[in-house]
Amino acid sequence: MKPSRDQKLWMYEQMHTSRYFEECIEKIYMEGKSPAFNMANGPIPGEMHLSNGQEPCAVGVCAHLNADDIVTATHRPHHEAIAKGVDLDRMAAEIFGKKTGLSGGRGGHMHIFDARVNFSCSGIIAQGMGPAVGAALSRKLQHKEGVAVAFLGEGAANQGAFHESLNLAAVWKLPVVFVIEDNAWGISVAKSASTAIERNDKRAAAYGIPGHYVPDNDPLAIFEVAGEAISRARRGEGPTLIEIETYRLAGHFMGDAEGYRPEGEKEALFARDPIPKMRRHLIDEEEWSDAQDQELVARTHARVDKAIQFARDSEYPAPEEALEKVFV
Amino acid sequence: MTVATKERKLTIARAMAEAIAQEMRVDERVFVMGEDIGPLGGVFGNTRGLHEEFGSERVRDTPISETAFMGAAVGAAADGMRPIVELMFVDFFGVCFDAIYNLMAKNTYFSGGEVQVPVVLMTSTGGGYSDAGQHSQCLHATFAHLPGMKVVAPSNAYDAKGLMTAAIRDNNPVIFMFHKALQGMGWLGTEKDAIVHVPEESYEVPIGKAAVVREGSDVTIVGITSGVHHGLKAARQLAERGISAEVVDLRSLVPLDRAMVIESVRKTGRLIVVDEDYHSYGVSGEVICSVVEQGVPLKAAPQRVAYPDIPIPFTRPMEQWALPNADKIVAAFETMEKNA
Repeated sequence: MKPSRDQKLWMYEQMHTSRYFEECIEKIYMEGKSPAFNMANGPIPGEMHLSNGQEPCAVGVCAHLNADDIVTATHRPHHEAIAKGVDLDRMAAEIFGKKTGLSGGRGGHMHIFDARVNFSCSGIIAQGMGPAVGAALSRKLQHKEGVAVAFLGEGAANQGAFHESLNLAAVWKLPVVFVIEDNAWGISVAKSASTAIERNDKRAAAYGIPGHYVPDNDPLAIFEVAGEAISRARRGEGPTLIEIETYRLAGHFMGDAEGYRPEGEKEALFARDPIPKMRRHLIDEEEWSDAQDQELVARTHARVDKAIQFARDSEYPAPEEALEKVFV
Repeated sequence: MTVATKERKLTIARAMAEAIAQEMRVDERVFVMGEDIGPLGGVFGNTRGLHEEFGSERVRDTPISETAFMGAAVGAAADGMRPIVELMFVDFFGVCFDAIYNLMAKNTYFSGGEVQVPVVLMTSTGGGYSDAGQHSQCLHATFAHLPGMKVVAPSNAYDAKGLMTAAIRDNNPVIFMFHKALQGMGWLGTEKDAIVHVPEESYEVPIGKAAVVREGSDVTIVGITSGVHHGLKAARQLAERGISAEVVDLRSLVPLDRAMVIESVRKTGRLIVVDEDYHSYGVSGEVICSVVEQGVPLKAAPQRVAYPDIPIPFTRPMEQWALPNADKIVAAFETMEKNA
């Protein structure tokens, strides 16, 4: 299944939105953190995991999802949240810790929940897999439409939850798709140093389910593979495991000096940046013009700028609101 | 004229299964999953008959994959279901606690209340039958300490049914701890006082509400699950000496009914807390502190009768020596008298 022109443009626009959103976050994150870098300072304190470079994984998969479908994402969630349609204003406000944030500032950037579009993420590796399996079970029990997608990093493939969740999903033949974003690094440890096999999609064989590998961070190829896996899940034929070769253009988190990267790796990655590549594709194959491109970029920037402004302008919650929402 | 209702004595196991069945009949969203909870009816009998009535879709045996199915319970609950999930022995929490305390307990908070996680996690506790240190713990405090989970632990079948019904209907995660020796399974040794009359119709025992199970005026004995029964036995022994002991069954650990304990101690001026969980950093210390912080006038320093801070030993003489019992409660009272 090949993407239509409209689907390509949707993916391209989401990639731009995510990239520019993170460029803004990156800049604002550094406010108040110099000359001495202290994570606790500035308008956005705490850890910050940027996903730039990994946008194709989010858009190629989410292009097939409706608001009703479920996504569980990771500690590096922005690209998927944006592609899933999470409220950008309230997500930005959450990242700033404001009262208008998705959880009123209780979660922050690793705990983004938007029930309206069935999106959630969490901070511990492979943690979202069980809940995705459960959401898929819920749909099966309720005879309700919908698939669940669990995004994870390649490091998650070495967690117990990975094995348990794949087995359970396969035994119960649930409508769930597991998408590994292989960005080659688990913080500072290379995939080759942590993982006994080269490609994690091969692990699908252990559970009797299809496994697919998508090389080269290519949104169009991801779209095709994810489309097949999601259709299969919708048809009631069970789970699929996908591994995508992607790359993070930033460190594990902001403040990461990235000394572990071989010399020249970053430059090479930027030369393969998927967004200019997609633009080139649109120009070559889809009669995309410079004027159209500028208009799209301007539109995404305006949307992001508005969200950031909303976050900046919003009030902090009253501290004692911390005591609320433990129970409902 | 009142009509005497026919007494219908049930074990805690039967009472739990009955509450679950009654809720499953009226609420399609309720389902059960866990290890051996299907045709076997649960290793501790608390899902007996459910598979027969509701079938394999709603009463699902799981693989031995606690991390996956605890996580799945969270995901299913967030999607509108009301899962009841069994952790066969509470001691197994070590293989799945991330899904429990980081997801089940926190997702409501992290979503600003938008996402509800109505899971009932039922799990067996307690020893006394030489099952050694990985199948005999209580771990009350471990669960009660971490925010975001309600915790209940009945001492008799009436409370078991009512608390289970309340737990299933609650929109928050509820940890339902049942003590193996109170379960009414003959092969585990059975506490006969746990087998009581249980009304056939559905009812709730409110979560967070303790109960005075024996009134008295000289000392308050506070217990949970097995501790309540030890407390009642000790009260009978003390009564022979002319000492009137009040026994409070906490029934819930979260929320903790501090008010009822404080009210009782205001009356008696003496407090002993009985807990089969470990001595230090536990429920016993929490209850005592809750009373002391309120400045309740005391006639003697409060005492705790709890499990020593050791892994639970296998051999009968060691384990029986370490467990709380009525004699230890009586001895604690004597200590209070001596030091007063």
